This record gives sequence, structure tokens and C-alpha cells, in this order.
Amino acid sequence: MCLGIPGQIIEIIDEKLMQAKVDVAGIKRPVNIECIVDEQHPPQKCIGDWVLVHVGFAMSRIDADEAQRTLDLLQELEEYQEEVEAIKSSQKELET
Amino acid sequence: MKYVDEFRDPAKAKALISQINGLKEKLGIKDGAMPIQLMEFCGGHTHTIFRYGIEPMLPDWVEMIHGPGCPVCVLPMGRVDNCVELAERPEVIFTTFGDAMRVPGSKKSLLQAKADGADVRMTYSPMDALELAKRNPMREVIFFGLGFETTMPSTALTVIQAKNQGIKNFSLFCNHITTVPTIKAVLDSPDMRIDGFLAPGHVSMVVGERPFDFIADVYHKPIVITGFEPLDILQSIWMVLSQLAEKRCTVENQYARIVPPNGNPAALNAMAKVFELREFFEWRGLGSIDHSGVKMREEYQDFDAEVKFAVPLLKIADPKSCQCGEVVKGVLRPWECKIFGGACTPETPMGALMVSSEGACAAYYSFGDIPQLLAKREQQIKINIKDKSA
Ligand code: SF4
Repeated sequence: MCLGIPGQIIEIIDEKLMQAKVDVAGIKRPVNIECIVDEQHPPQKCIGDWVLVHVGFAMSRIDADEAQRTLDLLQELEEYQEEVEAIKSSQKELET
Repeated sequence: MKYVDEFRDPAKAKALISQINGLKEKLGIKDGAMPIQLMEFCGGHTHTIFRYGIEPMLPDWVEMIHGPGCPVCVLPMGRVDNCVELAERPEVIFTTFGDAMRVPGSKKSLLQAKADGADVRMTYSPMDALELAKRNPMREVIFFGLGFETTMPSTALTVIQAKNQGIKNFSLFCNHITTVPTIKAVLDSPDMRIDGFLAPGHVSMVVGERPFDFIADVYHKPIVITGFEPLDILQSIWMVLSQLAEKRCTVENQYARIVPPNGNPAALNAMAKVFELREFFEWRGLGSIDHSGVKMREEYQDFDAEVKFAVPLLKIADPKSCQCGEVVKGVLRPWECKIFGGACTPETPMGALMVSSEGACAAYYSFGDIPQLLAKREQQIKINIKDKSA
């Protein structure tokens, strides 16, 4: 109930009722989009948007740049980690 | 799945764990000292932590405390009894999120009421309940609204639509609860010794970052708004520990892909329109907490099941043997409760934390090594007795 699921808006069903059809993990269902539209981003502009869906409501547009930033940081950590492991194992080789 | 799988990569998890381990010295941790306690407030986080086995990955000087943020778990018994009574009215179709079906009331759960013939239906969305009302004009459709600020906007918007469309046979039984007063209650409890917090990501998506400032400013604890994938949790643990190591405390946002700093204005508007704070709300295991729940405003009375059906406020104490309150505050670990795994199991839950998969006790029960945990409890009891007689 509290865990949302990412989905992509594929069409607007009813602009007055703020209803859109969203593809959520392959299931297409009507979702309310009132919380993610405003003057700069009217319903028609929402098509193609990735959103987080909670109990039938799109509650947040997923910010692709922010997602990438987090992943980049994690990627750096992973590479850094590999480097450290490489240093460690080569030290071990020298000691033996 | 997009925006999900990327946050489950084991190699990156390993890198994060190594970063966490690297903080030990900077934090001045001595071997054998009391571990640093971090609380994940939200039941969704508890679920991820158990599902992906995050606890065993962490060094032994970090301990996760599983907080009270599972709305199903903290629902008081009296409220469940109210639901059952409403559901048993012949004219009523009682609709609810599936999670709430098995919560024990003092006589029965909604699931048992359904088995006994009440018209109880699980709906994924409150909008589906409204649709049901439109299709069944001769029946009264009640939606059981529960949850923190994550689900509050959805029920508010549904009620607003019901009013706009003039649907008279739809009402909300409002049991929504608020996050901030609850965290405050945890922080104020005298036996609490938590060093830092993971803040609920989806509550924050609605309310934004600022409502958590007091945790850093007044209580001087670091807090990080956290997403729900395993890497989100590990990264946030690392961020909280880094703050502790650097002797800082602020609100940080690990979940910026979903949580805008100011939250969601449209959602906040809808909530403010429909709901107002209650003086207090009863919690299972925590007792009564001031301003920790909301009720519907007078303008929406026609859609308020509490008013429409004159629902009495029942106060029913938790069973004496339950120790959910201590577990929720981090004073006891779930398996240290006297009836864990004995009288209280997911099949026959005595306490609320055993009900939902997001409850700490149910999580330990399904993912933990039960015989080992119970042996550990026996051991502790023995030590306590020895201590007392010495
Ligand atoms: S074992 Fe049962 S009674 Fe004990 S704390 Fe857990 S849920 Fe509550």
C-alpha cells in the first residue's frame, strides 16, 4: 500500500477527471494524474512521462537526471572499490 | 523494470558496504561497544531490509531499529472493531486496501467478517471504491482510509471527486495518521537511544524535506530521506553514518529522483482541503499521541463515515502479553518479546507487528532463523535472572 510502482503514461483518458492510462509493469490501468500536472505541465504534455504510482494515483514524476546522478555516484563507488581490491590483492601477491 | 533494477546491483551494494565499514575508525567505534542504532521509520524500508537480507551485510556495530511506520501495524483494535461493525451493516459494501484485511480486532478481523457473510471487498485504489459506488447506487460504499501522508492525498482527491460528481452513497472511514508527531513521540520516549534516522521516502515525496528539520535542529540527530530499493537503503545508512562521523546533523535527501525539496503542492492542497488534525489519535502499542491523526472537515461531513454512521470511538487495550510498544521504540528486539513465535505468529497474530509483511515481527518471523532467535532469547532470560540474583 505504501510502496509505489513506476509506470509510464501512455494516453490521456479524461482531461476533466484527470485520468490517464498508465502502463505499470505491463498492466495498463487508469490512473489519476492530478498531483503531477500544473500550468507548465498540462495533461497532454504528460504522455511518455515516467511516474511513481501509489494506489491508483501518479504521485511523482520520476526525475531521470536525479536518478542518473545517484547511479553515477554508486558507479564511482563501485569502481573505487575495484581499485582498492586490486591494490589489496597485488600487495598480497608481493608478500607471498 | 526501469528505475528499479538499477538500484539492486550487488556489486554496488558491496561497494557501499565497504564504504560503511571504512567509517568505523572515524566514528571511534571500539570493539564490544554498544552498536550505533539507526531507525528506519517506515514499514516499507523494514520490508526491503528483510527481503534483501541487508542486516546480515552490515557490520556488527550498526543495528537497525524498525520503527512504527507501518500504518496497518499501528491500527488500534477499537478501530478494527468499528470497521467490522460498519461492514456487517446489510446496506454496506466495505472497501479496503488488502493489507488491512487480517488485522485482528477484539472479536474478529475484516477477513473473518467477510467469511461470516459481510460484503467486504479489497480494492487497489480508493478510486475503484468510488467506481463501485457509482455502479451500486442502492448500496452504501465505505472506503477504509488508512496510511500516512503517502495515501492521504489519494483519499482526499477521491472524496473531492465524489463531492464534485454528487455521488451520495460514498463515504470515507478516515484513519489516516501523520508522520511528524509520531517521530516526535519516539524521540521523546525516555528509553530511546537512537543515533540517526532514515526518513520515509514516500511521505517525504508529499510533504517535502522541511517537516523533518526539527529532528536535526532540536534533537540533533542526522536524518536521510530514503528510497525503497536495497541500494537506496545502503546508501542512506552510509550517509547517516557519515554525518555522525563528521559530527554533523542535517536533513539529507538520498531519494531526489522522487522527492522534490518542497513536496507535492497539489497533494498538500487536496489534503488541507479535506482533512484537519484530530486532537489525538490512539495507536496500537504506542498509546495516544497528540495531533497524530486527521479527520474530515465539516464541509465534507456528508462523505465522512464517522458522522454518517455515528461510529462510536472504542478504546480497547492491547492484550497484556503484547510488547509491540517496546519493539516499536527499539527498546526490545522483536524476538525478545515473550510471545514471539509462540502465542504470536503470522497465522495467529496477537500484536499488530505480526500482521503485515511490513511489521518488524512478521519480517523476523518469515526471514529470520526462528530456533536460533528463540535460543538467543532463552539465553538472555538466563543472564537476566543471574544478574538479578547476583
Ligand atoms: S511478537 Fe507479537 S505481541 Fe510480541 S511484539 Fe511482536 S507482534 Fe507484538
